[in-house]
Amino acid sequence: MKQGVIPDDFTAPFWLAANESKLVIQNCSRCDRLQHPPTEDCGQCRSGDNLEWKEMSGTGRIYNYGVVHDCPIRLLQDDQPFNVAVIMLDDDPGIQMYSHLPGVPVDDVPVGATVEVVFEESSNGQKIPEWKVVK
Amino acid sequence: MATEYAPSSMYRSREGMGIWEHRGKVAAVGVGHSPTERRWDERTETSVGAWSIMALRNAIADAGVSPDQVDGIVIVPVTTTGAFWPEDKPLPQDVINAFVQTDDPLDGVAKLSVEWLLKNMPELTNINYSVYAPVCMSNALNVAAQAVGDGLAHTVLVLKAWHNLEGRYYQGGQNAQDAIGGISAIRSLWGAPACYGTALQFAEYCRKYGKNHDMMTPFIINSRRNGLMFPEGYWAQHRPEELTPEDYQLARWIAKPANLFDNDIPIMCAASYLFTTAERAKDMKQKPVYILNHADSYTVPRGLTPTLDEVEAECALTARKIYEGAGITAADLSFENMYDGFTQFHQFHIEGLGYRGIGFGDALDFYQTDISIEGPNPVSPSGGNIGSGRSRFWMHTDSIQQLQGRAGERQITGVKAEIGVSGGPMPLGGNYTVWSATPD
Repeated sequence: MKQGVIPDDFTAPFWLAANESKLVIQNCSRCDRLQHPPTEDCGQCRSGDNLEWKEMSGTGRIYNYGVVHDCPIRLLQDDQPFNVAVIMLDDDPGIQMYSHLPGVPVDDVPVGATVEVVFEESSNGQKIPEWKVVK
Repeated sequence: MATEYAPSSMYRSREGMGIWEHRGKVAAVGVGHSPTERRWDERTETSVGAWSIMALRNAIADAGVSPDQVDGIVIVPVTTTGAFWPEDKPLPQDVINAFVQTDDPLDGVAKLSVEWLLKNMPELTNINYSVYAPVCMSNALNVAAQAVGDGLAHTVLVLKAWHNLEGRYYQGGQNAQDAIGGISAIRSLWGAPACYGTALQFAEYCRKYGKNHDMMTPFIINSRRNGLMFPEGYWAQHRPEELTPEDYQLARWIAKPANLFDNDIPIMCAASYLFTTAERAKDMKQKPVYILNHADSYTVPRGLTPTLDEVEAECALTARKIYEGAGITAADLSFENMYDGFTQFHQFHIEGLGYRGIGFGDALDFYQTDISIEGPNPVSPSGGNIGSGRSRFWMHTDSIQQLQGRAGERQITGVKAEIGVSGGPMPLGGNYTVWSATPD
């Protein structure tokens, strides 16, 4: 079970959207450039004046993965070993998200496969973006 | 004297800056170490403060100067290996009371300030320049070299110390909580340990170039071997155990494809170096080791973790900066002491350097050749963090000692020690120093 999330003012739009089963990513409207994790300023123009939250299509592909056998997070230790994959979004492959790849056997990850976003409840009920392989 | 972090202007971060203006005019002379220990036993004499003082005094003595000749100090104030003093644990009052304390009771216990050091080293009577460097010794060395070159001080002590407390690495704090803040959650909810990002890059590297984890074996064994010849190091002092191929290949995974021995062991330790001008160095006790250049890598990856393409591009860029400022080429390197704690990015560093002519994708084949200190192509003669525990400074001590001809059993013999390079930590985010036995 994943840890719960306590949204702060800065990341609240991301987590509120997840609770509505939507994936939003921070975007600089001036540069037309997505960035994740979100930051106070655009990584390109360095301005914080044009940042917005943009809804994503919710599809991507598996870029890479590792298998975690020695996890530092207490709530996840009973689930070891487990996959942790890096997903690159179709909307912009420069945007990465992590995933446990629910339904994919440990260390049998189809690198390059298409995935779509799903939303899982964490320990405090906050929904978390996760990714499932598209059959 | 308020101590601030070094300004960005002290770092050589860009390509195209030309030869370093102080090339060969700054030298390392003295080296000082504390002992090592796996974790703090909570005695006064083994505290991170006590061992920092010991390392500084050893460096002063090694250089053969009197403390009042020292006029500058550069330290890294953060000393944690990933262990923090628990909020609910009583402070170690007997240790705190044994020193002249600052306003922060954990100063000298789980962090370090220049103010604390100067209060507890009254012999340092002439310090008029002090500055902090972030992260690790590699950064502090760059700052100290630039400070001496710029004339901000003429005789500078550089210090990095580490504390390690009871309990497992990074298992406390927010990792033990049921819920965490929103920004941390975006990165950490999935439970990836520290080596995960490097393991990912290594996995992609193996797929791209047709390599595998077992091909790392000679590097691991070589590193431990060299570390066991490092009397200042953890394994040599406490567990003088050679590694076999089976030890490595059958070790438990941490984040596959990174196993236990691809990770460095967190320890307590401190080290210090004495930097001075080339002119002053001539009159000191040890042979000067001249600094030809320092370089900084600072590129921020776009995503959560650097891709292999980003890593390779940055390592190539870093190498160009290293060589440009030093006025040398890869062919001039007698040895390399690039960072290794995690093992799986050492190959990125040396491929970026083009060490012994290798390119991207070549290092694991190179590891299957003679990479020992006795051969013509020594790899990590210090043994690095893998050979001696997590300090991120063995590579610098070794580089200085190799060029001074006092690396003892580790002295490279297959090639004459004339120019070496050391630095790290990460391929994206590190600091590098080029060392030379001669100023030109």
